[in-house]
Amino acid sequence: MRYVVAEASEIESGGRKIVTVAGRSIGVFNLDGEFFALRNRCPHQGGKLCEGKLWGVIRSDGPGEFEYRPSREILCCPWHGWEFHVRTGQSWCAPERLRVRRYEVETVAGEEIAEAADAEAAPADDPEAPAPGMVKGPYTAETYPVTREGEYLVVEIPG
Amino acid sequence: MIDADVHIPNPRLKDLYPLLPEHWVEHFDNTMDKGASQEYYPPKSPVSGRRAGLEELREAVFERGGAEVAISSCLYAVDSIHNPDVAAVLATATNDWQAAEWLEREPRLRGSVVVPIGLPAAAVEEVERCAGRPGFVQVLIPVRTEHSLGSRHYHALWKAIEQSGLVAAIHFGGAPVMPPTPTGWPSFFLEEYTAMAQVFATQLTSMIVEGVFDACPALRVVFLESGFTWIPSHLWRMDKEWRNLRRLVPWVRRPPSDYFREHVRVGIQPLDAPPDPAHLCEIVDQLGSDDVLLYASDYPHVHACDAGDLLLRLLPESLGRKIRSENARSFYRLSEGG
Repeated sequence: MRYVVAEASEIESGGRKIVTVAGRSIGVFNLDGEFFALRNRCPHQGGKLCEGKLWGVIRSDGPGEFEYRPSREILCCPWHGWEFHVRTGQSWCAPERLRVRRYEVETVAGEEIAEAADAEAAPADDPEAPAPGMVKGPYTAETYPVTREGEYLVVEIPG
Repeated sequence: MIDADVHIPNPRLKDLYPLLPEHWVEHFDNTMDKGASQEYYPPKSPVSGRRAGLEELREAVFERGGAEVAISSCLYAVDSIHNPDVAAVLATATNDWQAAEWLEREPRLRGSVVVPIGLPAAAVEEVERCAGRPGFVQVLIPVRTEHSLGSRHYHALWKAIEQSGLVAAIHFGGAPVMPPTPTGWPSFFLEEYTAMAQVFATQLTSMIVEGVFDACPALRVVFLESGFTWIPSHLWRMDKEWRNLRRLVPWVRRPPSDYFREHVRVGIQPLDAPPDPAHLCEIVDQLGSDDVLLYASDYPHVHACDAGDLLLRLLPESLGRKIRSENARSFYRLSEGG
């Protein structure tokens, strides 16, 4: 299922928004114009990972040598500092066994959402419709008003 | 069997006279300076052993003990000497004495280069001078040092040891200006003796965290008379804290326990044996590698129990074989049959 979670302009570069969709807390991050979404739950002990600080990428070839890329794409859990790569959800301290769930994020025009919604809209006489004209289709805007003019971030939650 | 820890006695100052520049012979003759202390144990106590000569060592270690090769060290405490020139000159003379009086006369006996660890630059020179000399297989470093062994003070020394192809043997003891416990000076020797495990633990942490093994990927380290029962829990803690604080030391790219298992070996004597022998097997298992432990007798020092007897009869034969000989043979790159 796909969920509209934010207006694209709402999250500035380097910023984030924590949303609840399909009963899950998810952090949506803007890395220099690209959007990524991670489950807001550290696989270590369940800390609110997406509330953690963002750091640049640091590498070293030996004591005292630092190779720093200020991309701020490493997310550190506020509980124990475990690091995850925002782009992939991959852990940096135990990459072979740990990753945090990531979700696809797409930027979609409001018009497209509205058309998809219209196409999937339940007939007025559908007895299963929660309310007349209510959207059921591939996009679910749980709390989000969508206009045809806007651009929206859409997160895909499988299942 | 390979015995990874036997001792040859300290040289008497007079033994070193033929090997010292004349200026220094005069200095020792005419001043109160008589070099480092000769003895570390009360006279005639069992732990001190006897001041054994080469014949006695041959008989005890090779004939009766059954060792094919024994790795010896001379614990002459040049690190306790504050005069830097005396420390350096006595280290050099001690090494020449070890070579001439012990190593050249008994090829099954291998030796340790003594260095003035308080003067890392002089220690580097001594390592370079002795590298490649027949008989020497390692550099002896007391575990108590003025600075943590991982600190940048010692990086040039680690590099020199790595390049020399020698092992770095970190041994119980040392006499720097620093107290022997993390909380200051103890009042009683029992405290100092017990705290030595914490000193080893701190040095292990320091070497891994400060990147010694990243700067010197071929460096091999052996801990002698450190005990090993403290190691698993210490590694668990270090691995855990590394996950949290890794960013501060980005050269440490793998969990600290990986570095330990790759670079460090540990002699089994003396053994901190738990009351229940089954627990000892669990601890060996918790080390996470069959390659880590090396048989060691600590000859001629006699301990309350024989670590070899107690430990090896508890372990599976294949692991016992590794501890008795295979681990040391591969770590010290000894050829088959010595």
